Amino acid sequence: MATEAHSTNSMSKDIIVYVVLLVLAAIQFFIAYQNITAAQMFERMLCVAVIEGGIALLFFMHLSENRGLRWFVIIFTVAVILGMQYGWSDAFRISGGVPWAH
Amino acid sequence: MSHADTMHGHATAGAMAEPTFSVPAKKMAMWLFIIADSATFAGCLVAYGFLRNATPDWPRPFHEITNVAIMTFILLTSSLTMMIGVRSAQAGDKPKAFRWVMITAVLGLLFAVLHIREWMGMISEGATLFHNPWGTPAFGGAFYAVTGMHLLHVTGGVIALIVIAIRYQGGRYKADDLEVTGLYWHFVDLVWMFVVPLIYLLNLAH
Repeated sequence: MATEAHSTNSMSKDIIVYVVLLVLAAIQFFIAYQNITAAQMFERMLCVAVIEGGIALLFFMHLSENRGLRWFVIIFTVAVILGMQYGWSDAFRISGGVPWAH
Repeated sequence: MSHADTMHGHATAGAMAEPTFSVPAKKMAMWLFIIADSATFAGCLVAYGFLRNATPDWPRPFHEITNVAIMTFILLTSSLTMMIGVRSAQAGDKPKAFRWVMITAVLGLLFAVLHIREWMGMISEGATLFHNPWGTPAFGGAFYAVTGMHLLHVTGGVIALIVIAIRYQGGRYKADDLEVTGLYWHFVDLVWMFVVPLIYLLNLAH
């Protein structure tokens, strides 16, 4: 009885998470049709994607249930991904002549 | 203390040792793979962004994004069906778990078919790995590398889902194995959330 109730609760939570992810994906598509610059669009879409990814990690991949593993994954992944961002200034230099040229 | 006692002590210590973060070894191995793979995907996406940013005539070939929206819907839905499959396996309902994991595999296959159909459309317009009718040839290489990498993961995932579901049905694998495969499948879904805006949706920017 208790197992059935737990299973139903878990299923309801999964469906809520799924609907939230669908809504966030829809927001990304909505942003794509806004009359804004590519940079603004990129920022907004990236924010939504990070939220989507976080929700998927926490609830679909059960990171919310294991604190130690959560920090292990976050620290390693974020450190590697941040390390890759060093190339952006060079991308701007190629297109604009100097880093962050206007 | 005799040698036998010492050996027994070692064996007990090994059996009682807490796994890292209280996570079983298979699951931990999958997490390590996911961390490494997320670095690979991040590298591909950053390289794509770098090229796009540094190339003034970067093409924007996607005039409508209905296909991508359908693909996104399918992949997100497949994550839910995978969750239902894993929950069913944990509850001990083998036939239900098998059914939902196979539904997940079918959705993954559908995603791959839609993806390949999109590729065929682009190839027929002349966009290949080293040629691009709309401007810089780097576009073809970057586009096919990122989306191809993701498609490869989806295809591998579909094969893994089918194999593991069949072996689970046959009693060789347990619910834990389905859960570990589920982790991989959700990761493939997670990566798509970043591929779509960068490659397809930014294409619509003014």
